[in-house]
Amino acid sequence: MRPFTQVKGPYAVIPNENIDTDQIIPARFLKTTEREGLGRYAFYDWRYGPKGESNSDFILNQGTYEILVAGENFGCGSSREHAAWALLDAGIRVVISTSIADIFKSNALRNGLLVCQVSRAFHQYLVNARDQGLEVDLPRQRLLVPNGKHINFELDPFAKRCLLKGFDQMDALMDYLNQVEEYEEQH
Amino acid sequence: MQPKTLFDKLWDDHLVVSETEGQPAVLYIDLHLIHEVTSPQAFSLLAEKGIDVRRPDKTWATMDHSVPSLGPDSSKVRPFVDDEAREQVETLISNCRKYGIPLSQMGEKNQGIVHVIGPEMGLTTPGKTVVCGDSHTSTHGAFGCLAFGIGTSEVAQVLGTQCLFQRKPKSMAVEFAGIPPEGTSAKDLVLFMIQQLGIGGGTGYVLEYRGEAIRRLSMEERMTVCNMSIEAGARAGLIAPDETTFDYLKGREHAPKGKDWERSIAQWGNLKTDAEAEFDQVVHLDVSSLTPMVTWGTNPEMVVSIGNSIPEPKSESEWKALEYMGLEARKPIVGQKIDVVFIGSCTNSRLSDLREAARYLRGRRVAQGVRVLVVPGSVEVKHQAEAEGLDRVFRDAGAHWREPSCSMCIAMNGDRLEPGEWAVSTSNRNFEGRQGKGGRTILASPATAAASAVEGCLTDIREWRFV
Repeated sequence: MRPFTQVKGPYAVIPNENIDTDQIIPARFLKTTEREGLGRYAFYDWRYGPKGESNSDFILNQGTYEILVAGENFGCGSSREHAAWALLDAGIRVVISTSIADIFKSNALRNGLLVCQVSRAFHQYLVNARDQGLEVDLPRQRLLVPNGKHINFELDPFAKRCLLKGFDQMDALMDYLNQVEEYEEQH
Repeated sequence: MQPKTLFDKLWDDHLVVSETEGQPAVLYIDLHLIHEVTSPQAFSLLAEKGIDVRRPDKTWATMDHSVPSLGPDSSKVRPFVDDEAREQVETLISNCRKYGIPLSQMGEKNQGIVHVIGPEMGLTTPGKTVVCGDSHTSTHGAFGCLAFGIGTSEVAQVLGTQCLFQRKPKSMAVEFAGIPPEGTSAKDLVLFMIQQLGIGGGTGYVLEYRGEAIRRLSMEERMTVCNMSIEAGARAGLIAPDETTFDYLKGREHAPKGKDWERSIAQWGNLKTDAEAEFDQVVHLDVSSLTPMVTWGTNPEMVVSIGNSIPEPKSESEWKALEYMGLEARKPIVGQKIDVVFIGSCTNSRLSDLREAARYLRGRRVAQGVRVLVVPGSVEVKHQAEAEGLDRVFRDAGAHWREPSCSMCIAMNGDRLEPGEWAVSTSNRNFEGRQGKGGRTILASPATAAASAVEGCLTDIREWRFV
């Protein structure tokens, strides 16, 4: 995965709560054996109408965004990592919400998609002030808005290290194979 | 010794490396189940890095999501929905062959939904860590396993190292008080729980289900409850093993035998929360006046007692849900017209579920215009059901009796709702489009689903004229 660098720019707001992974990528697109190219299926049933026509009301049809601000409990439902792959392939680098579902969060962070949990108050502020931009400062774990205000977000230090260095957890796990062998001998 | 919860014991027993502030724990995995949808990219990741599968003996594969529910056609070919689905299944077969991973192939005795076959074969036993690239892996927690769904790159990690990086979740006791009345099922109990906890209520937690109402459940019923833990946001749900668990497992193909069995039972007996142990959170739920429960909206917390009216929406998302469902607030949900009934999925496709559904369909016909799909969870379940003549009951009633697969729960194999159709479904998710774009799902128990099939509308089995 590529290292996470600074992200700065406008953000898309999808205020709905409990956006499940079936919305992020409908199951009928999971028959692929590839990881690449899933961006075209991201939010497919929200982006396109019954006859495949583009839904111009939907924010992701109105521009290109690297930052997504979404309602509470984003990414609930299935464990499909395709949800994180699809968002990344669609250009999203950061998801901001008041809470993020466990499996989605772990999938996202392993793939270099930063997920930030923020307070309800700050989330509401972002939703209300949606025409402005936002800067994501990962090293300092801060979100900055144009008036100079900033808010800190929490992040697992391990996930942060992986994001900044762009390294793969698999490689880190391989370093423990001696301990794994010892464990297997004892059990 | 410090008192521990069941979850603490399972966690501690599988620590290869303890967690620190800077790094998650390295957790050992005893059983890794894989299927065709979330494994191909994991095998590609392994191949890219030149890593071998470390323990094919702790891995088991089957195919369920993309598999057609229709049997072979006249040329003995299973009708896959498209080439992509067939290629996905073929990819699994070739990966299993390449790495020596045991595979239950289509049509073989134990092919079926991954969360049905693990327990059925005795692969799932108390005290194990069980993972699968599928969020309903929580099902296996019914055996006192720490079982949770993982993403595809984690599937690769487990294939390559038999381990995962994990932060320890918090623990929550869900204490059920009272005994549910006759005419209610494990499905009603868990829908009630999700209504109370909310779809995000279990986020960050492992749940332990406790109380007499849980102890009285059969293993298949316990699996139904643990299966839907993820619908409350919890990656895992646990039930301490007991005599019911041991009786279920004894004699199963992969369960311990002879002296190993005796030794295992003695160990499994310790897999319970110590009396003084503390949970991070405790929730009390009284189920003494439980009723049949159904969903009215587009996520599994939007639940209503079947005797009640559809609630007044409390938020914009609830308004949207009602609009999507084409339902009206304050109207009774009973009597809602339906087009499709789906009996199946990793929640409710085991023999006891099929028997329960058959009890309502025996000697009756499904209502005109209602399409009914009954999809057993495994080839083994199918054979047992056919040995009892349940297939005849379903067929005689006008229902379709299909081959084991996830089928209309996830609508990947061609079994799906048409836009606007209402379905009563024994599956686990009523998200928008889950059962087909524009489809409207009402989650319910097998009994409610079967009675509704006969009536052609959502039916309260407690008042049903035929019972």
